[in-house]
Amino acid sequence: MPDTAPAAAGITSADPGPPRPAQGGVASSRPRLPSAHVVLTCLAVLALALFLVPLVGLVARTPLTRIPELIVSPAVVQATRLSVVTSLAALAISTVLGVPLAWFFARRDVPFANLLRAIAVLPMVLPPVVGGVALLLAFGRRGLLGGPLEQVTGVRLPFTTAGAVMAATFVAMPFLVVTVEAGLRQADQRLEDAASTLGASRWTIYRRITLPQIAPSLGAGMALCWARALGEFGATITFAGNFPGRTQTMPLAVYLLLESDAQAAYVLSLLLLAISVAVLVLLRGRYLSP
Amino acid sequence: MRTRLAVPLLLLALLAGACSIEDGGPPAAEPPVAERPDEQTPGAATEASPGSDAVGDGLVEGEIVVQAAASLTDAFADVAEAFSADHPDATVVYNFAGSQALATQIVEGAPADVFASANFTQMDVVAENGLVVDEPEVFVNNQLAVAVEAGNPFGISSLADLADPELVLVLAAPDVPAGSFAAEALEGAGVEVTPASLEVDVRSVLSKVELGEADAGIVYTSDLVTASDAVEGVVIPEAENVVAAYPIAALDEGPNPEGAAAFIDFVLSAEGQAILGECGFVGV
Repeated sequence: MPDTAPAAAGITSADPGPPRPAQGGVASSRPRLPSAHVVLTCLAVLALALFLVPLVGLVARTPLTRIPELIVSPAVVQATRLSVVTSLAALAISTVLGVPLAWFFARRDVPFANLLRAIAVLPMVLPPVVGGVALLLAFGRRGLLGGPLEQVTGVRLPFTTAGAVMAATFVAMPFLVVTVEAGLRQADQRLEDAASTLGASRWTIYRRITLPQIAPSLGAGMALCWARALGEFGATITFAGNFPGRTQTMPLAVYLLLESDAQAAYVLSLLLLAISVAVLVLLRGRYLSP
Repeated sequence: MRTRLAVPLLLLALLAGACSIEDGGPPAAEPPVAERPDEQTPGAATEASPGSDAVGDGLVEGEIVVQAAASLTDAFADVAEAFSADHPDATVVYNFAGSQALATQIVEGAPADVFASANFTQMDVVAENGLVVDEPEVFVNNQLAVAVEAGNPFGISSLADLADPELVLVLAAPDVPAGSFAAEALEGAGVEVTPASLEVDVRSVLSKVELGEADAGIVYTSDLVTASDAVEGVVIPEAENVVAAYPIAALDEGPNPEGAAAFIDFVLSAEGQAILGECGFVGV
């Protein structure tokens, strides 16, 4: 806390610094600046408290002595393993498909671009349960594609781990697309043009020029996407159902454990939190440090 | 300085103006007066409740917050309608969810007047925390049935038929009342099944069958009354069936104790029981 406050202050006061001498009229607002900082800091602290207090509440209620015993219980291990597998699979699919989609939106002249973009980010605002129902209507046994898919390939998505991955991908990929698209728009295209004039192929340009430029947004997008996939509940429960070891991911296990063994649910939640925080901190440190 | 003062004053004037417009202009002074007796009545009613009972109608008012098991969703909507007809000044507000979630909310301090649980396990959680006024009472029974696709393509007629490995069977999770009852019934009948999913509540079991994703699911008979035409119910023989008793209790920390008592009385009355019966429950 004491670290961040001065840092934030430093940034805000440095930013308006240069332009001020040019426009003298702003001078009168100068004495008010500190109070603005106080107000902003107070609001920021409130915002932090909103996230921190429930976390503290959770930790305070968790029976720390039972953690070792609960953390190795088959139900917890099974759900954790499944969650790691499905969220990473969702991240991999989202990256392979989402980066090209972001490029498509950012670089190609797409007709109805705004409409298509809205559709692509729809899962961010759609209640996940509705997303799950929509997935069922599309890829379920009776769904638009689900029926033919099962007849041709024998693959059935609902109630399978593949279905859980699909549900997680559906809700999580938009976070990656949005972040990477913003990165692509900020990237300096003149560098690509320069490389092009020097005879580099398109693939080489994307690999050597574009990708390094968007690395921070790609990292942030992947972190967001993965975190969303890990926490996914509604679409999974609706589309993939709930079966231990097959589709019962950590959030589903937490929800059901709350009903039978609340303490175990707290431990599992804490584990989920620990994994997410670890990965987010790691990714932030790696990609997003200034 | 002047402008600084003027702005709040102007705002005040605007606010005052808005109020009087909303209240209908001239009798601007009246609404507050009219509101006050309203605010006082709950207190007055508490003190004078024996008096109002003496009047005979025992009318209650205000919000009655009822934490009700998800399986009661449709039945209790009808109950609320009939109850409001008797008590026009009272509004029944429901919070429908799995009984276990409701019990957790109550124990964690959710302000509610009545708890209607789908089993005693969750009611006991609340009672053990000393949060019920009186001993919980069974107000209705429910039984299990098999929900199948319309036309019953798998020709299911008993629990034993659910063991078919080709059949996509969905149950409620064993942590959920409907799931534990289903497990009990299957065990009693000596049937081993391989469910595709253990849903988080009984309504999700039904919706999986309605959507055609599951071929069969074990639900309550009451769920089938309101289900769509896409599903039909297969009666489970009495010998294999399980009776689910639903307990109800007024909550100790509820803000509207009179309302809670009146609501419970209504549910237990002949009229209330008839409504529940129409919705597929078995009266007590």
